Amino acid sequence: MKKYISAILAALFVVTMLPLALVGCANEKTLNILNWGDYLDKDVKNEFKKRTGITIKETNVTSNEDMLIKLEQEDCPFDLCTPSDYAIERLIKGGWLAEINYDNIPNIVNIDEYYRNLPFDPDNKYSVPYTWGVLGVLYNKTMVDEADLGSWDILWNEKYSGQIFMYDSIRDTMAVALGYCGYSINSTDPDELKAAADALIAQRPLVKAWCTDDIKDNMIDGTGALAVVYSGDAVWCTEPEEGNTDLDFFCPEGSNLYFDSMVIPKNSKKKDMAEQFINFLLEPEIAARNTEYIGYSTPNKEVIPLLGEDWENNHIFNIPHEELATLEIFRDLGDDIKLYEAEWDRVNIH
Amino acid sequence: MKRTRIAYPYIFVWMPIFIVAPLIFVAYYTFFDKGHFTTEYITQVFSERTYLPTFWNSLWIALVTTAVCLLIGYPVSYLLANMKKNTAALVSMLFILPMWMNMLLRTLAWRILLNDGGIIATVLSWIGLGNVQLLYTPGAVVVATIYDFLPFMILPIYTVLSKLDKSQIEAARDLGANSVQTFMKVVLPLSMPGVISGITMVFVPAMSTFAVSGILGGKSVLMLGQIIEEKFKRGTFGIGSTLSLVLLILVLISMAIMRRVDKDNAAEGGTLW
Repeated sequence: MKKYISAILAALFVVTMLPLALVGCANEKTLNILNWGDYLDKDVKNEFKKRTGITIKETNVTSNEDMLIKLEQEDCPFDLCTPSDYAIERLIKGGWLAEINYDNIPNIVNIDEYYRNLPFDPDNKYSVPYTWGVLGVLYNKTMVDEADLGSWDILWNEKYSGQIFMYDSIRDTMAVALGYCGYSINSTDPDELKAAADALIAQRPLVKAWCTDDIKDNMIDGTGALAVVYSGDAVWCTEPEEGNTDLDFFCPEGSNLYFDSMVIPKNSKKKDMAEQFINFLLEPEIAARNTEYIGYSTPNKEVIPLLGEDWENNHIFNIPHEELATLEIFRDLGDDIKLYEAEWDRVNIH
Repeated sequence: MKRTRIAYPYIFVWMPIFIVAPLIFVAYYTFFDKGHFTTEYITQVFSERTYLPTFWNSLWIALVTTAVCLLIGYPVSYLLANMKKNTAALVSMLFILPMWMNMLLRTLAWRILLNDGGIIATVLSWIGLGNVQLLYTPGAVVVATIYDFLPFMILPIYTVLSKLDKSQIEAARDLGANSVQTFMKVVLPLSMPGVISGITMVFVPAMSTFAVSGILGGKSVLMLGQIIEEKFKRGTFGIGSTLSLVLLILVLISMAIMRRVDKDNAAEGGTLW
């Protein structure tokens, strides 16, 4: 009897440890991708497998900080990842990324010049733009006066007390407050940061709630008049079928312009495969299909004609370049992020 | 050959990997920054008052939750224990039933119930209490926490009460005690081990919870667990670990207090765990 029990226990032990072991031994024909949730069309993955026999295995995370923790490791098991601008800047500084061989990515010509050579990776040595968007205000047309629109001031307008949703995320929300105070969203001046945090503390009585993903549901349900969201989410929220057509979006001056770009970790053993996949994703047809699924703006200039008029005329999806002129991209702040942390704690706990 | 060997995988593999090692990591990150010993985090947590309100929030929410759970849970357990066996089994089953579903799902259900235009808001508007914000308030957090932890109060008390030797009650009545006296002098003291277990099982997890206030609080009331979660999510392990350690110590202190109270009663009832 005892033998059986130990056998069972041993088996149980092996079973529980198996997933850990599997992380280590990667199949030759799989590509491990670290990505945001709902950020890659399943059909596109299947198409890639059909053509090349390579299986795409996705791991999802919800924040750049999460991605950084996973990517800043010598034994990082991922071959491709889609972090945002400032995270990429930090990864480049830390030497965690592999230089991309553009001989394997002829489709790079499809990326609009406007989205190349951005400040976080000046020569696109390490990253290929995947999606982009802007930070702005989602508002309900039936609850908000048109005259109040246009700037961050609306979020401090007492008329909308108890109807405002703020985005519970340090850099993005500090960016809103810095913008409201008229400072750069990359400010590291302690006085400016303090002023921004004070503005957020003063705003607290007007705020209905600080959330992340719930914001979308709440706005679609019409339980709030104003919310801080990224344009990609706004596209989703204003969509007639699943969203609410009473909603619209604007992007204040000096707001955040962000890019999620594809990067290859330096220790990936399947760099060629990863480049092959990047090239595949840049094909106009594939990119169009993927964009339709994700709903975030695309840097691929061949895609918009393929998507048709509805997408082309959607001012939240297809934001004209003129409107992006005043916007700023987040920079990696290095150790100065601690200044943000301290002020953010003060806002949170108030 | 001893049977204790069956426990070896647990003692020598599971415990070191999943209990001891994480504790060591937490302690390490509290006192070391990139390999150097530091007291920066400890001083930051204790000297600056930034985190004090979250300690207070966690404490009062846990205390209110425990008190309300006890107020509801004791009478319910008492009624259950005095029901017919079959009825009691059925009713206690109804109390346990929600526990079969994941706590997060139940909490998300509360979000729908409490939201503007939800069922509760609609009923309130019938009696003229429209436009009351229910979701994203401290009240929402407290109500849902009570709901989540109530079974943990009822079960231990019910277990003790149902095993109570009825002849002692009869003896008390024979000796002239009225029903109030019987309850106060016989039933209540005998059920104390269950009460203590219940209090511990509600207070400790309620103190360290973060999911409920995260989903229903909208930051209107920030609990210690939420700060810890945020710190770890953003990769600032130092402060996160220090706060975790402080929370752990607070939990240990409250357990020690419970133990002490329990010991005083042990002579009469015996401990549950």
